[in-house]
Amino acid sequence: MNPVDLYMLAGIVITLIALYAALTRAHLFWKVLAINLMGTGVFLILLAAPSRRTPEIADPLPQAMVLTGIVVAVAATALALGIALRVIARSGLPFLPDGDEEDQGSGGSAGEASR
Amino acid sequence: MVSPIWAWDGLPLAVVLSSFVPGVLIMFLREEQTLLRNTLNMTGALAKVAFVGLMLQGVAAGASYEWAFEILPGLELSLAGDALALLFVTLSAVLWLVTTVYAIGYMEASRSRTRFFAFFSLCVTATTGIAMAGDLFTFVIFYEALTWATYPLVVHNGTPEAIRAGRTYLAYTLGAGAILVVGAVGFEVTAGTVAFAAGGVVDPMAVEAEPIRYFLLFLCLLIGMGVKSAIFPIHGWLPTAMVAPAPVSALLHAVAVVKAGAFGIIRLIHSLFGIEVSWEMGLTTLVAVLASFTIVYASVRALAQTDIKRILAFSTVSQLSYIALGVALLDPLAQVGGLVHLVHQGIMKITLFFCAGIIAQTLGVKTVGAMGGVARRMPLTMAAFTVGALGMIGLPPVAGFISKWYLGLGALGAGAPWVILVLLASSLLNAAYFLPILRTAYFDEPSESWSDPWPHHRLEADWRMVFPAVITAALSLAVGVFAASDWSPLGWALLIVERGAL
Amino acid sequence: MTEFELWSTVVIFGPLLASVVALSARPALLRAGLVLGSLSTLVGSAGLWRAVALYGPGRHPLGGWGQPLGIELWIDGFGVAMLAVTALVGALTSLYANSYFGDLSELSVRDSPAGRGARFFAPLWLLLWTALNGIYLSADLFNLYVTLEILGLSAAAIVTLAVSRQATVAGMRYLLVSLIGSLLYLLGVALLYVQYGTLSLEGLAAIGPSGPIPAIALAAMTVGMAAKTALFPFHAWLPPAHAGAPAPGSAILSALVVKGSFFILVRLWFSVYGGGSPEGLILLGVLGSGAILWGSILALRQVSLKRLIAYSTVAQLGYLFVMFPLLIPEPRLWNADAWTGGLLLAISHALAKAAMFLAAGNMSYAVAEDRLTSISGVAHRLPMSFFAFGVGGLSLAGLPPSAGFVGKWLLLRSAFETAHWTWIAVIAVGGLLTIAYVLKVLRYALDRDEAPEDFRPVPRRMEWAAALLALAAMALGVRALELVELLLVGGPFPW
Repeated sequence: MNPVDLYMLAGIVITLIALYAALTRAHLFWKVLAINLMGTGVFLILLAAPSRRTPEIADPLPQAMVLTGIVVAVAATALALGIALRVIARSGLPFLPDGDEEDQGSGGSAGEASR
Repeated sequence: MVSPIWAWDGLPLAVVLSSFVPGVLIMFLREEQTLLRNTLNMTGALAKVAFVGLMLQGVAAGASYEWAFEILPGLELSLAGDALALLFVTLSAVLWLVTTVYAIGYMEASRSRTRFFAFFSLCVTATTGIAMAGDLFTFVIFYEALTWATYPLVVHNGTPEAIRAGRTYLAYTLGAGAILVVGAVGFEVTAGTVAFAAGGVVDPMAVEAEPIRYFLLFLCLLIGMGVKSAIFPIHGWLPTAMVAPAPVSALLHAVAVVKAGAFGIIRLIHSLFGIEVSWEMGLTTLVAVLASFTIVYASVRALAQTDIKRILAFSTVSQLSYIALGVALLDPLAQVGGLVHLVHQGIMKITLFFCAGIIAQTLGVKTVGAMGGVARRMPLTMAAFTVGALGMIGLPPVAGFISKWYLGLGALGAGAPWVILVLLASSLLNAAYFLPILRTAYFDEPSESWSDPWPHHRLEADWRMVFPAVITAALSLAVGVFAASDWSPLGWALLIVERGAL
Repeated sequence: MTEFELWSTVVIFGPLLASVVALSARPALLRAGLVLGSLSTLVGSAGLWRAVALYGPGRHPLGGWGQPLGIELWIDGFGVAMLAVTALVGALTSLYANSYFGDLSELSVRDSPAGRGARFFAPLWLLLWTALNGIYLSADLFNLYVTLEILGLSAAAIVTLAVSRQATVAGMRYLLVSLIGSLLYLLGVALLYVQYGTLSLEGLAAIGPSGPIPAIALAAMTVGMAAKTALFPFHAWLPPAHAGAPAPGSAILSALVVKGSFFILVRLWFSVYGGGSPEGLILLGVLGSGAILWGSILALRQVSLKRLIAYSTVAQLGYLFVMFPLLIPEPRLWNADAWTGGLLLAISHALAKAAMFLAAGNMSYAVAEDRLTSISGVAHRLPMSFFAFGVGGLSLAGLPPSAGFVGKWLLLRSAFETAHWTWIAVIAVGGLLTIAYVLKVLRYALDRDEAPEDFRPVPRRMEWAAALLALAAMALGVRALELVELLLVGGPFPW
């Protein structure tokens, strides 16, 4: 296994672990961290991509994409933390309540992606 | 050469708009703007009659009207004024005029009149649209629009009973409407066209290739049309819908809505499938048998009712199937009978509903048992009622006799003598539920519980309600007496069949 | 500068500039920003419509730098149609928002939590609008990602403008779903780049992705986008978020934002993957049917007005996915009726749902409550809002004359043409369920009880905005010819 494939594999594994954490961890800060990590995993794949296809030519595109992605991630993290602080201020807990208290029907059966 | 005004192709659109525009305008009026509202209503109603008059002249002179507007590529909102369409349009336009007068009187003290008249006009718009629809697509648009436009009128009283009735009404009509839309789209894909044409647009060879598919499509369309035409077993909404105010029952549930269904069956058999193809597929037999059963069944049900409006409702269910029965028989005279009954039943039944409404509104009398002495208190109203009732039974010279005569002749011509038995049984049953009403009204002693025991008007009730009833009663007599004239409904029905416009 | 270049610049940079103007938070500048954003997108999308109708699809390499290094815009019928409906809905919602927040914006942020909503709604919404327009004109996968993230961030922020705890929680949940969805999409993008080394939609379409890695990429992107579109069973986040936002926000989220990720799904499955796999398409159709049934049933069970409308969005989005299996009856063939019918339903939903949310906003604005029981009798006081809600409901239910009716007619036609009998039943039954829940609201609003005493007068403009949107949905049912022709420019396979 060459280093490039290792990067790819690591990226995929990090993404999946982070996705798992984002879905299962209840604490909001954990969720935000996990989402950040997930982004990092994807960036790793992107950076490894060109050298895997054409090792001899430098490809500036992934660098540009990852830089943009980092900027987006910073903004998203800031907003997520801001809203999370408001959740804590309003409900006193750093968790999202189970299900949706006002809801008549869903009972939190679906939408696992949100937890 | 200056072309005469009746040659204008936009006339069908003008007929539709003459009730649509007032309806929309009324929607934005305030409740207390009574004068403006009534003016708009009457202007629209008179304009519609005038436009229809022009079209009648034109069609009699051999013209035909076509107006189309492309909605989707290949699908048009197409309005056509041919002889068949005019039969129904004329009926709606004339009866809308008299009902508007009646409704202004009847609804005087009621609330939410703005909403009432707005939707009333929209309903008539949809009805005229159905009558003049040049293809199935247009027909479905107006047919479905008629469904939702009627709903606010059915629940107008706002009582829990009315709301329940409204729910039943919607469950039946929208459920069947969904089936109709599916059938219509299926027909378009299968037959390759949605156009209406005299003699049908279905290719007999294609039917032979895919009989089951065509049969299912016919069934879907028949269910869609049949629910409004209240054919057994999908008639249940009509008696329930009688909680609506009297003008609604009169115009919509005696003329507009139910006739839309009956007219749809005519279009289905004659303009889409064609009578020959339908006959070969055995579809006409299906319709004729269902209709015959409905005629007898609903008459029996009417016998058991005590509420006058419910008796009239079941009578409507029964009489409507005459139309379906007539047009489903493979004989020109039977078809004339069915077509002419579309008009005759409308005029007679609206008279009966007008009278029932007057009696209920003025005296508070709603059941047969309470009818005692009404004839003395309201001679004009009861005279009108009597004409209508006798016509329903089929006594000459009232209109109903003409229809039954032609239906009978046609049944013999089509080799279906059993239809005569159905007609006979129905007439006897009609007599059995109408005559007791007349007897009670004329010969029993007055009841003590009338809400308005003696006329303090010069007339027995509000003139805006009595006159329309008298006029339609006179019309029922006149179309029977002068049936031989070219301009009578019978003359027009004969013209339709002779021209092969069916 | 070609017409394409001129108008696509206007349509993207107009609202962007406007959002910067609106950031200053002075009432006059807020208003100026909304006007500038509305005018630029209306004019720009009209110009693009004309250009596409005249010359067919076009492109605009931004700053003269084309792919692969520069950003290129791609302008076809599908994109312009979505652009145009967004412009119409957006302009009328802006008009509405101006009055809705009008009396609040004078207050200082500290004095009133609602004042914060008034300050930040306009800039956030204009940014969101920029992102949507960007999505509809994007020509490459990464540009789609960036615009998608801007869309998601600003949409979540709009939800949290409402002050209630529920809205904050709903906004947080929405943001998390949105971020995870976007990253799943980015994962797919990365995998595709690994495989093919290009991000251009056109380039990928020419290659015709196939094989295991592109398949995994498509699956990841689809799950991400389906979560953001709230496709059943990923729908649970939507009702609290859409119902929790302030009224104009609800209208924007329900009518427009979910269409952004739907647009990307259509682009991916058809334009790029050429239909993907038939099994995948059927799976999406089945999920759509599930959404129609489950969403409608839940809508019927709601006691809050905005909740009911939000669940209706879940149900109506289902229709858009029923289009998927109908569109490709055989490989390399597409059914024009499914395409135009499905997209007409998307467009009619945008108009009708915006009308309904704005009308519901008027009703709860008037009685200062959102429960169905508390709006009893408002129909007599707010006839125009009632009319807007009714007509909107008519269109959702697919009753004529409305855009929903013609859309359903076309979709049904495609089901007949491709002999997909099951979908016919789904489409027909869904319409009946829609009527049931719309009627529930109308019945409460029409209740005989007199209108409540403490009735807050509703600004006329708010009533007009809702009514005009409903009328637009109706007008489209009488004349859809031009729009259908526009949708066919390029079709699902524009390259």
